[in-house]
Amino acid sequence: MTIAAENLTANHPRRKWTDYFTFCVDHKVIGIQYLVSSFVFFFVGGAFAEVMRTELATPDPDVVPPELYNQLMTLHGTIMIFLWIVPAGAAFANYLIPLMVGTEDMAFPRLNAVAFWLTPPGGILLISSFFVGAPQAGWTSYPPLSLLSGKWGEELWILSLLLVGTSSILGAINFVTTILKMRIKDMDLHSMPLFCWAMLATSSLILLSTPVLAAALILLSFDLIAGTSFFNPAGGGDPVVYQHLFWFYSHPAVYIMILPFFGVISEVIPVHARKPIFGYRAIAYSSLAISFLGLIVWAHHMFTSGTPGWLRMFFMATTMLIAVPTGIKIFSWCGTLWGGKIQLNSAMLFAFGFLSSFMIGGLTGVMVASVPFDIHVHDTYFVVGHFHYVLFGGSAFALFSGVYHWFPKMTGRMVNEPLGRLHFILTFIGMNLTFMPMHELGLMGMNRRIALYDIEFQPLNILSTIGAYTLAVSTFPFVINVFWSLFKGEKAARNPWRALTLEWQTASPPIIENFEEEPVLWCGPYDFGIDTELVDEEETVQTLIADAAGS
Amino acid sequence: MKIPGSIVTLLVGVLITIISLWYGQNHGLMPVAASTDAKEVDGIFNYMMTIATGLFLLVEGVLVYCLIRFRRRKGDRTDGPPVEGNVPLEILWTAIPTVIVFTLAVYSFEVYNNLGGLDPTISRDNAGQQMAHNHMGHMGGMGNMVAMAGQDDVALGIGLDSQEQGVKPLMVDVKGIQYAWIFTYPETGIISGELHAPIDRPVQLNMEAGDVIHAFWIPQLRLKQDVIPGRGSTLVFNASTPGQYPVICAELCGAYHGGMKSVFYAHTPEEYDSWVAANAPAPTESVALALPKATSSMTEGEYLAPYAEEMGVEATVLAQLKDHAATGDLL
Repeated sequence: MTIAAENLTANHPRRKWTDYFTFCVDHKVIGIQYLVSSFVFFFVGGAFAEVMRTELATPDPDVVPPELYNQLMTLHGTIMIFLWIVPAGAAFANYLIPLMVGTEDMAFPRLNAVAFWLTPPGGILLISSFFVGAPQAGWTSYPPLSLLSGKWGEELWILSLLLVGTSSILGAINFVTTILKMRIKDMDLHSMPLFCWAMLATSSLILLSTPVLAAALILLSFDLIAGTSFFNPAGGGDPVVYQHLFWFYSHPAVYIMILPFFGVISEVIPVHARKPIFGYRAIAYSSLAISFLGLIVWAHHMFTSGTPGWLRMFFMATTMLIAVPTGIKIFSWCGTLWGGKIQLNSAMLFAFGFLSSFMIGGLTGVMVASVPFDIHVHDTYFVVGHFHYVLFGGSAFALFSGVYHWFPKMTGRMVNEPLGRLHFILTFIGMNLTFMPMHELGLMGMNRRIALYDIEFQPLNILSTIGAYTLAVSTFPFVINVFWSLFKGEKAARNPWRALTLEWQTASPPIIENFEEEPVLWCGPYDFGIDTELVDEEETVQTLIADAAGS
Repeated sequence: MKIPGSIVTLLVGVLITIISLWYGQNHGLMPVAASTDAKEVDGIFNYMMTIATGLFLLVEGVLVYCLIRFRRRKGDRTDGPPVEGNVPLEILWTAIPTVIVFTLAVYSFEVYNNLGGLDPTISRDNAGQQMAHNHMGHMGGMGNMVAMAGQDDVALGIGLDSQEQGVKPLMVDVKGIQYAWIFTYPETGIISGELHAPIDRPVQLNMEAGDVIHAFWIPQLRLKQDVIPGRGSTLVFNASTPGQYPVICAELCGAYHGGMKSVFYAHTPEEYDSWVAANAPAPTESVALALPKATSSMTEGEYLAPYAEEMGVEATVLAQLKDHAATGDLL
């Protein structure tokens, strides 16, 4: 197996490390570019969060001045959403979709490179806003506060978001076209991997909602620098209109952040549980249902602002309804695990972590959908706890799971399992310790986005800060693991997990044109256990083909 | 799919139900409920906690069970059973969340209606008049518009309209500015940095914001409403337990957002009367003292200065206000 893989790659040029700093149009290079740059921003956003948690260890604003606290908070939110989780989803999509559908590259390779190269300038612009007074109106930037506090920082924030938003739209066009038009001829929509379904749902959502955010930001920019009054009440504008436009994108953004990782989990669990995914169609269609419902729930962020009573009732109903397709997914993943032969490696541990923490985020999500309860907890730490369970316990855990799962494919080396397990244990403890106490803080009466608070909230805040430090420590085994495995890790076979999706049918890492010849569909993407010999047979055949190609 | 023996399943089910029912009622996570409305909100929270606990135990239990029971043995390279789905099971686990969500929506609707969220005179979004105001505000300059907002005709908020029920509520005008709440009592002429009200009498807050969006929140009443510049909003409540409760600004309003706090004193009627007697301005010169004639020409910082100490506003915050008044000409 290993020899075969080496033979295969020996005849093909490999990517040099310098390629990753160029306008390279290879989707695999772009995928890695996205992944690495998003993790750079993760560490920046994480560092901001650590400063904030240090500040919140004591009730007084003593570590950083309150203005700086608000700047860090604004940038932490913006970076984690727009420069970490969303691009990380795009990273997997770029790397995997052409391989999964068995084609050489994306439908529009140059557009793909353009989309990536809009992201780093966006991030640099955002962070450079510190030189002119970073924005401090929160990642939501509600006017009139955003119009009052620091004009140029706010303007840079808008420009940066327009860049990454454009990048996101260009990427989505590419994903949709590639999935719908570039599949090998035997692969119909119902035999494509669930990750592709998830990206189809995500991309449609991006295409429908992101332009609305752009519109809101451009109008806000006019208010800011041209003195118009779209949202400025001083001139007769309406700040609530901004909220509607902003949340029309930014609620779907939550699904843009989680749907790709639902896809990742649907890939990881069947392979390491050695069972077909339970309810393939239910999982595929529930992604589409989530993306449709995601478009009609935005006003649940505005239950306490300028929303009439009947409208709150409509948005309560649609928001609660999202629990149904999400529940179907959770139950299906549990059904897949049930009776399997579970291999508990790092990828699977993070998948378990994902399921158990996303479950909590989902349950509190239904709670905040209930208008009378949301009126109490809106804009409190209960909400902060809720969405960190969804986005850290959900998206981030699945992201790490995906990194461990596809690391052998991307680098040709296996990860170090003990370090991966240590990373998981520290992350799991740190995550729960950081975000669980926040629920109680919010219920008790601690509002969010504050640098100073009442002394009665201190004990739980100390717990949370200890949790945040644990999370900071948890990144060390991860980074060490990535670099160590990259150079010293055990050489990976082409299909170390004995998976059935097409990306595992080529060398690790894949050759530049992806496949030697057009790959053949042997079976469905998750047909484990249907013919127990199937996987091993396929390996043998692949080895023979590779040997023939190599000799 | 292997399902454990039916008796074991039954026992586990009963156990989970008992734990959920007990925890749903005894979690003790909420602060004191100081009104009957708050007790209704707690009711729905307890209901949700019961269901959430049950679902949590179920799913986490399945995960832990799988983790232990279905670990791959060393050297085992075989696959699990090729179960691709189970239609009755899938229908069941689609139906259960649907039913739960449906009951929860109906229950929430009921509670929301009881809180007065659907009261037509309180919770309307009166678009026509709002636009007329904006139009006039635009023509006549900002002062005009801010003065006109906050009237009864443009109301957003929750709470039953107590006037229609024949009870005369205690009206309080609330103004939110960076970083203080100012409460004006039109009946008695008192201006205060704290909210004082008797229990068991409806209180109607007519709220407006001076600069940016604020949100008025009293956790013990489970009530929150954004206070939006250019629009009035109202809250009607009826406190039932005497005590001191925090008044918090919940919407990010600037650097000292965390310091924008006040106190709500829910008095017994006698206490309230004595508070009014002690604080009501005498009809002659002290009114002139308390309310300088040219308030409109003062910045908010200057206007607030005499009250700052009483309200517990720190000097830094006040300085911040002055800066803001000097630079915040946008408004």
